[in-house]
Order: sequence, then C-alpha cells, then structure tokens
Amino acid sequence: MSSYEIPAVTVKPSSTVIPVRRSLSTRWISVLTLVALVILWWAVTATGMIEPLFLPPPSAVLQKGWLLATSGYMDSTLWQHLGASLSRIGLGLGFAVLTAVPVGIAIGHNRIARGILDPLIEFYRPIPPLAYLPLIVIWCGIGELSKVLLIYLAIFAPIAIATATGVRTVDPAKLRAAQSLGATRAQLIRHVILPSALPDILTGVRIGLGVGWSTLVAAELIAATSGLGFMVQSAAQFLVTDVVVLGILVIALIAFAMEMGLRALQRKLVPWHGQAH
Amino acid sequence: MALLQLERISAQYPGSPEPVLADISLSLGPQQLLVALGPSGSGKTSLLNLIAGFVEPSAGRIALDGVPVKGPSAERGVVFQDDALLPWQDVLANVGFGLELAGVPRDKRETRAKEMLALVDLTGFENRRIWQLSGGQKQRVGLARALAADPRVLLMDEPFGALDAFTREQMQELLLQVWRRTAKPVFLITHDIEEAVFLATDLILLAPNPGQIVERLSLDFGQRYAAGESARAIKSDPRFIETREHVLAKVFSQRSAAQRQERA
Repeated sequence: MSSYEIPAVTVKPSSTVIPVRRSLSTRWISVLTLVALVILWWAVTATGMIEPLFLPPPSAVLQKGWLLATSGYMDSTLWQHLGASLSRIGLGLGFAVLTAVPVGIAIGHNRIARGILDPLIEFYRPIPPLAYLPLIVIWCGIGELSKVLLIYLAIFAPIAIATATGVRTVDPAKLRAAQSLGATRAQLIRHVILPSALPDILTGVRIGLGVGWSTLVAAELIAATSGLGFMVQSAAQFLVTDVVVLGILVIALIAFAMEMGLRALQRKLVPWHGQAH
Repeated sequence: MALLQLERISAQYPGSPEPVLADISLSLGPQQLLVALGPSGSGKTSLLNLIAGFVEPSAGRIALDGVPVKGPSAERGVVFQDDALLPWQDVLANVGFGLELAGVPRDKRETRAKEMLALVDLTGFENRRIWQLSGGQKQRVGLARALAADPRVLLMDEPFGALDAFTREQMQELLLQVWRRTAKPVFLITHDIEEAVFLATDLILLAPNPGQIVERLSLDFGQRYAAGESARAIKSDPRFIETREHVLAKVFSQRSAAQRQERA
C-alpha cells in the first residue's frame, strides 16, 4: 500500500509548480531578447559602427515618429497613411467574410457548388496576388478599387477553404440530433453547421489577414499614393532611412496586433474549441 | 394498440450485397420499454436509424400512428451514445433546442427545459457549459433534450454504453423513473445483457448475418423497480439471473451456429 502512496504525494506538488515557472520564464526570455536587440541597435549606432544612412539610432526613429505623427510626411501624417492602409484591409476583409463564408458553406454542404467553385478557388489561390495585380490595374485602374479588390481576393480563398473544411467536418451525430428535433435545412445551417465551423472560419480569417496585410503593403510599394507601403517606398527613394525603419516597425506592430486580437476573439467566440467534450 | 409498427423490414447498405437486417417485424405500444439486444454486427444501430428516419429500409413498412415514417422528425426523439449536444450553448439552451427550432418563445421553452432538467435530476446545472459536465450528466441532458420536444416515442442508441459501470447503473434507474413518470414508449438498443434484462418490458434478441430477431421475451423487472423494489434485490433475484443466463446462452448458441456455418 505504502508504495502507492509515496509517489502520489511527491508527484502532485512538483507537477503543479513546474509548468507555471516554465511559462513565466518563456515570456521573460522573449522580453529579454527584444530588449537585447534594442540595446544592440542602440550600441552599433551610438558607437558609429553603422552610419545613420544605413541604420539610424533608435532615438532618431522615435523622434521621426513624433514628427510624422504631428506634421506628416509626403503631404500626409503617419495616421493618414495608417488609416489608408487599415481602411483598405478593413474593406477587403469585410467583403471577404460576407462572401467567403456563404461560399465555403456551399462548397462544404452541396456537391454541385463544390464541383463548380472548388477548382476555381484552387486555381487562383496559389498565384501570388502581386502576379495578378497588373491585370487588376488594367481592369480597374490605380484607384482604391483595385487595391481593395486585390486584398479581397487574397483573403477570400483562405476563408472559403477553411469554412468548407469546417462544414465538412461537422459531427454527423449533431446533425442527426438536430434533425430528430425537427430542424429544417436552413435551421441546420444556422444552428449546427455555422457554429460548428466557426473555429475553422476564424482560423481562415487569421490566415487571410496575414496574407492580406503582406499583400496590401507590397501593393502599396508598387502602386499607391498613400498608405504605409507607399510611405516606406517614397522615403527609400530619398534615402530617408529613419522613415523607412519606422514604417517597417509600424507595419510589423499592426500585423502583430491583428494576430493577437484575432486570437483573443477566438478565445471569446469559441471557448469550447479544444475542450474535450 | 401499437403506436410504432415495423412490418417485414429489410435494410441494405448501398453497394453491399449482404443485407444488414432481414424481415424484421415488431411493434411498440404505449406502456412498453422495448430493448433490442445484440452483439455488434447484428444491425441494432441500423434498426434504430431506420425508425429514427436517418436511413430508409430497402423493403417493408414503418409506421407511427398508422402514418408511414419518412425522414427524421420531432415525433421520434433520439438519445445518442455520444451525447451529440451543442457545446456553444449552455445546458438550458441545449434542453430547449427542439422547442427553439419549433419557434416556441424563450420564456416558455425555458420553463419547459427547467421541468425536464428537474425530471433528470439536474436542477442547478442550467447555466453550465457542456464541456464542464461528466459523461453521465451529458447523457441526462441528452435525455432531457429529447423529452422536452415531447416526442411520441423515445429512441435510445446505446445511451449508457460509454459510461462507467457505476454511472451506468444509476442511469438505468433514472431511465426507469423517467419512463414511469412520462409514460413515453421507449425503444432502446444495447449490447449489455444485464441492462437489457433489467430495463425491458419487451426484449428482442438480434443475431447477425443478416440481422434478424431470434428471441422475444416479455419481462417485468423494470416494472418491479418502478413499483419500488430495489435494483440490487431485483438483479440478485434467482429469476433475474435465470433470465440473464438464458439470454446469454441464446447469444452464444447463435454465435457458435454462425461459426459452424462459416466453417462449412
């Protein structure tokens, strides 16, 4: 008997303590790495090892950031460039969610819709969006429409494909349960299929936003008169390196914030996901 | 008078030459708790799926109140082996789900759902999430959900098969209490011989290749429990043990006959 009791007593406390300490230290390692990088950046610039033309010191980038935020660069402030980029991705994302989710449900639910739509999406999905940007510019000009359309196409495919996967993997027992409670076809979609597929839809949105953001910035580098990508590109032409560095940092921050925001949304909207049930 | 009537039902999976069920006839009346017992492969799940309307028979006729069964409907409530509850809703909303589908206003369906939760002994669990429940509690919610829609018959697909032995005994007793209080006819399938003998007013024994009824028994152990006798006293009663062994012997004689047939 005693041989059973001893491990039970000794194992329990250590197994509750170790994971907590480990998760704290992982976060601290990440924070320390970031701090070390900034210190390294400051050191190489302050000692003159790298000229400001190639890499301005952190203080200069911060100062430029303040200047950009208040008085602006290339006729627009940082906020206006940021707003231009965010409104483009917001519009693209909004239209993509509104259309890709129904399309994904149709693909996952209906054999004929799958036959028609699946090859179309699989055909254009692997093409890098910048490869068909010239065609979009020929058709829609260089205005806002062509940029929003590009983002839309980039985000549409991941959401539609993820939704279809979610719909196809709905637990058949849940469908039968709803049917034996009298659910119509529309009620099945609304009450069972859509919520079942929601975790996959949100994963599709996360992937789509990542692709969409990098596509947008790249498109702004090529063909735009406003936006973060345009700001970086035009600053690079005049070798205004601090604006370039600042622009890159803002672009990275936005991408990071979107990813974190969506993870939080996922935890809030689909708390059952990953739970054993 | 029989409520549910199956006449010479046969069933076949598409593309398979062997029928899963051959020439099954049975009926279920108002005071009955009909248990279909059989080893795996005897077609008992197919039988339940046919009655529920999830699949169609290749021959024969299924009727409820004389009306042919066509597709699933709220008249035939189903309790599944793996609960099939909706994790994005809480317990109360899950129980009221059938009423929500039928367009019953929220306050009415919540009142009804609370009554059903009381019936399965889950008062106080209204706002729990599904993943916070134990296996036995999930099955109670599944039972309450099926009953809340007020079906004509209740179909139960190995409802206690995934539970541990202790919880299974409790759930069997709970089912008998609910059955007595709601007076719903129940069709239950199981591969647990003791469970079948304990619960059934009417027991059918299914044998495989193809699924067919090889024995029909009328029993009263469940009614004795419902009348107040203790479950342990019933299950240790010599008559209970004798019935259990009789059914067990029948299962094994069927199995060895099938093996002889295969060898020949």
